[in-house]
Amino acid sequence: MNFQLPEIHISLMLPELFLFIWALLIITFDVVTKRKNEHTVGYLALLGLLIDGAILSVTGYGSGFGNMFFNDPMALFFKVIFLGSAFMAIASSFGLMHQKIVNHRGEFYALILFSTVGMMFLSSSDELLSLYIGLELTTIPLFVLAAFFKDDRLSVEAGMKYFVIGAFSSALMLYGISFLYGLSGTTDLVQMKINLAITHLTFKDIGVILSLAVLLILGGIGFKLALPPFHQWTPDVYEGAPTPVAAFLSVGSKAAGLVAFAKIFINGLYAFYGAEMAPNDWGRLVGVGAILAMIIGNVVAIRQTNIKRMLGYSSIAQVGYIMIGMVSMNEFGLTSVGFYMFTYMFANMGAFAVVAFFEDKSGSCQISSYRGLSKTSPFLATSLTMFLLSLAGIPPLAGFVAKYAVFAAAINMATSGVAYHWIFWLVGIGLLTSVFALFYYVNPVKQMFFSKEDSPYKISLSAPAFTVVLIGLIGIVLFGLYPDPILQFASQISASFGFLPH
Amino acid sequence: MLLSSLIFVPLIGMIVVMLIPKDKFSTIRWTSTIFSMIPMFTSFWITWDYFFNYSGSAAMAYVEGPFKWIPSLNVHYFLGVDGISVPLLFLTGLLSTISIVASFGINKRVKEYFAFFLLLEASMMGVFVSLDFFLFYVFWEIMLVPMYFLIGIWGGPRKEYAAIKFFLYTLFGSIFMLVSILIVYFTSQPHTLNILTLIKQGSALPYTLQMVCFIFFFISFGVKVPIWPLHTWLPDAHVEAPTAVSVILAGVLLKMGTYAMLRISWPMFPKALHSLSFWIAVIGVIAIIYGALVSMAQKDLKKLVAYSSVSHMGYCMVALAAYTSATAITGCMFQMVSHGLITGALFLLVGVLYDRAHTREIAVFGGLSSKLPVYSGIMLLFSMAALGLPGMSGFVSEFMIFIGSFGVLNKVLVSIAVLGVVLGATYMLRMVQKVFLGEFNLERWGGLTDINLREIITVAPLAVLVIAIGVYPKPLADLMSATIQHFITLVVR
Repeated sequence: MNFQLPEIHISLMLPELFLFIWALLIITFDVVTKRKNEHTVGYLALLGLLIDGAILSVTGYGSGFGNMFFNDPMALFFKVIFLGSAFMAIASSFGLMHQKIVNHRGEFYALILFSTVGMMFLSSSDELLSLYIGLELTTIPLFVLAAFFKDDRLSVEAGMKYFVIGAFSSALMLYGISFLYGLSGTTDLVQMKINLAITHLTFKDIGVILSLAVLLILGGIGFKLALPPFHQWTPDVYEGAPTPVAAFLSVGSKAAGLVAFAKIFINGLYAFYGAEMAPNDWGRLVGVGAILAMIIGNVVAIRQTNIKRMLGYSSIAQVGYIMIGMVSMNEFGLTSVGFYMFTYMFANMGAFAVVAFFEDKSGSCQISSYRGLSKTSPFLATSLTMFLLSLAGIPPLAGFVAKYAVFAAAINMATSGVAYHWIFWLVGIGLLTSVFALFYYVNPVKQMFFSKEDSPYKISLSAPAFTVVLIGLIGIVLFGLYPDPILQFASQISASFGFLPH
Repeated sequence: MLLSSLIFVPLIGMIVVMLIPKDKFSTIRWTSTIFSMIPMFTSFWITWDYFFNYSGSAAMAYVEGPFKWIPSLNVHYFLGVDGISVPLLFLTGLLSTISIVASFGINKRVKEYFAFFLLLEASMMGVFVSLDFFLFYVFWEIMLVPMYFLIGIWGGPRKEYAAIKFFLYTLFGSIFMLVSILIVYFTSQPHTLNILTLIKQGSALPYTLQMVCFIFFFISFGVKVPIWPLHTWLPDAHVEAPTAVSVILAGVLLKMGTYAMLRISWPMFPKALHSLSFWIAVIGVIAIIYGALVSMAQKDLKKLVAYSSVSHMGYCMVALAAYTSATAITGCMFQMVSHGLITGALFLLVGVLYDRAHTREIAVFGGLSSKLPVYSGIMLLFSMAALGLPGMSGFVSEFMIFIGSFGVLNKVLVSIAVLGVVLGATYMLRMVQKVFLGEFNLERWGGLTDINLREIITVAPLAVLVIAIGVYPKPLADLMSATIQHFITLVVR
C-alpha cells in the first residue's frame, strides 16, 4: 500500500507552538528565580502575547497536517480575540498577584497561556477530533484557574462546579461526535457535510440519530457558551473565580465556543439548517436557546447585588444576542457575530478589569459598595460607565454597532423568505430584553454617580491596569465611531465557509 | 461645514470643559456659555440665510455629504436642513444657551454638569440635521445618556426614579424605531439608509408593511412627544429635573417626536397615515383634554406646567392628523416653536421662584404681585401666552391648527379639541390667581427678592419672540411654506 505522509507545514502552527513554549518558560522562570520576581513574570507573559501577536500577523493562511490544521480568516480573526482577551486578563491580574497569590504566579499566567493555546488550536482545526482536543486544552486550565484561591470556599466551589459540569459536557460532546462519525464515516468537517447529505438521501430517516447528535453536541458547546439550558454554572463560577479569570472565561472561552459552534454547525451541519432539507432544524433549536438566554440573562441579572454575578448573567444574555447573528445564516450573520465578539471583548474585559481593581482595593464586589466612586476615582467610574453602556448597546459605542449588525443580519434573513419568519421572534425578544438590560447595566452607574457622599475608596491604577482600561476604552470608542475596518475583516469569516446565501 | 459645526462645537466645548480644573467654577461656566453661543449664532445665521436665500424651494439646504462613514453597513454621514428643521435649530440654539446661562446657580459638580449639557446640545443639534437613518438614530440615543445623568445627579428628591424611568421609556420607544429602520432598509432597492431616498420609495411599500413600520415609528416618536398614553415619564422627569434641564426637555426634546413624524414617518408611509389619521386625531384630542384636566388638579407649579405640555403637544398631534391641510401643518410647526418658547420660559420662571422659596406648592403662595412686581408681570405675560391670548404666539398656532383641521378632520373631534383652550385658560388663570393675587403672607414670604438681571436676561429673548411671532407671524410662515407644500404633496400620494 502506497502511503504518503501528509504535508506538515509546521510554520502555520508557529504562534501556537511559540506560546506553548513561552508558557513553559514562564513557569521555569518563576521557579528558578524562587518566586521572588513579583511583576516580572506577569510582564513576561504580556510580552509573550505581544510577540505571539506579531508572529500571528506574519503567519499567513494555508492548511497543514493533512488538512487537520487550517489557517483561514476566521481562525485569524478569533485568534486576535483570544490573544487580546488573554492580554487584558493578565494585565488586570497584577493587583491580585500582589495581594492574594504568593506562590503560584508562574502557574497562574502559564495556565492562562495554555488555555489560549487551546483556543487558538481549536480555531484552526477543521476536523472533529483536533477540534475536541483544542476544546479540552482550552477548558482544563480554566478548571484549575477557577479554583485558584485554594483557601477560598467560593473559589473552590467554582472550580468544582466548573469541572464537574465541564467534564460531563465534554463527554456529551464526544458522544455526539461519535454519532456524526458513524453517520458520515469521516471526521473532516467539509467531507462530513457531503457524506451526511449522501447518507441522508440514501437512507431517508437518519433524523433520529442526527437529532441526537445535534442535541449532544449542542449540550457540549452550550456549556462553553453558557447558552441556556446549559448556563447554570455561570454565575457561581464567575462569582467564585478570581476576577481576571472570570473575565477570561466570559470572553476567551466564549469565543472558543463560538468558533466550535460555527465549525460544527455552520460548516458540518449546514444542509440541515434550511427548510428544504431538515430532518432536524437546528436553527430553530438554537433560536430557542438564544431566546432563553436573553430572557434568563437579562431578567435574572436585574436582581443581582454582586457585580460579578450580574456580569455573569449579562454574559449569558450577550450569548443570546450573538446566537441571533449565528442562526441568521447569511454572509452578514457571521460578520456580525465576529464583530460582536470583538467589541464584546473590549467592553467586557474592561468592565471586569475595573471590577478587579475595585476588588483589589476594597475587597468587595457588591454593587452597593461602588457608591460615590465617581467623586474619588472619576476616571475609573467613567470607564466602567462607558463599558456598561457599550454592553447595553448605547451609541456611539461599539456595542451599539455590534447589536445593530446582529439585528440587521437577522432582519435581512427574516425578510428573505417565509421559512425564516421565525427569526422575527428573536429580533423582537432581543430588542425588548435589551431594554431590561439597560436597567441593570446602569445600576452600578447610579451608585457611582448619583450618590451624595464620597466613596471611602480612592483607587490608583498601576501601569498595566491603566493600560487595560485604556485599551478597552479605545476599543469601544474607536470601533463605535469607525467600525468599518473590523467589519471588513469580519466579513471575510464567511468566506471561510464559502457557500452561504447572499 | 455649518451644520457639522453645530454638532462639533459643543462637543469640543465638552472636551475643553472636562480639561478645566474642577474648582474653577466661573471659568467652566463662561467656557460652556461661549461654546453654546457659537452654535446659537450659527443657528441664527442659518435661519437668516435660509429665509432669504433658500426658503423659496423645498430642497435641502447646506447639504453635507453623503460621505461614506461605515460602508459595510451602508451608513453615510449626511446632513441637511429645510423649512421644518431650521426653526427647530433656531429654538435649540437659543434654548441651549439660555439654559446654560440659567444654570449658573448650579454649584454642585459644576464641571460634569456643563460637560453633560454640551453633549446634550450636540446630540439635539444632530437629530435636527441628520438625513441618514443610522446617524439620526445615533443622535437620538446619545441624547439619553447626558439627560439621564443630568436628571439623576442634579435632580430633585425622586431623581433616581425619574432618571431611569425616562431612560427606559425612551429606549423602549427607540427599539421600535430600530426594527422599522432595518425593515425599511432591507425592503428598499438598492438598500439605503438615506431618509430622502426612502421617502421617495416609501409609498411603494406594501400596505401591511407600511402599517407595521408606521405604527412602530409612531410608538417610538410618540414616547418623546409624548402622546397619551405614553406620557407618564414626562411629569416625573420634568418635576425632578433641574430647571435648565426641564427647559430643554420641554423646549427641545418634546419637539423631536413631532419633528421626526414630519420628517420621517408621515411622508414615508402615506397609505398607513391615511388609514390611521382619525385615530391619531383621537389620541391628540384625548391628550389635549386629559392634559388640561390633570393640570387643573395639580398642586405643584412645575407639575402644572409639565401636564400643560401634554395638552399643548396634543394640538400638534391634531394638526398632524390633518396632514392634508397646509394651514394645519404650519400651525403644528408654529405650536412647536411657540410651545418651546413659552413653556421654556415658564419652567425658567418656576425655577426662579423655587430658588427663592424652596417650594413649588401653589397653595402656600398668594399675593406675590405686591412683593415681586417684575417677576409677576413676566409670569403673567407667559401665562397669557400659554392660554393662547391673541397677540402672542400661542394664539397664532392654535388658531391655525383649528382652522386647518376643521375642514379636514371630524368636526366633532375638532370641536372637542377647541374646548381645550377653555380648559387651558382655566388652569392658567387659577394658578395666576392663587399665586399672584389674593392675600400676601408677609411673615413667610417677606424675605423674597424680585427677579434679578441674569434671570431677566434669560427670559427676555423668549418674551420678545413670543410677542413678535404673535404680532407678525408672516416671516416664520414664509420660511417654511415651500417645505410644507412639498410635504403635502408627499403625504397625499
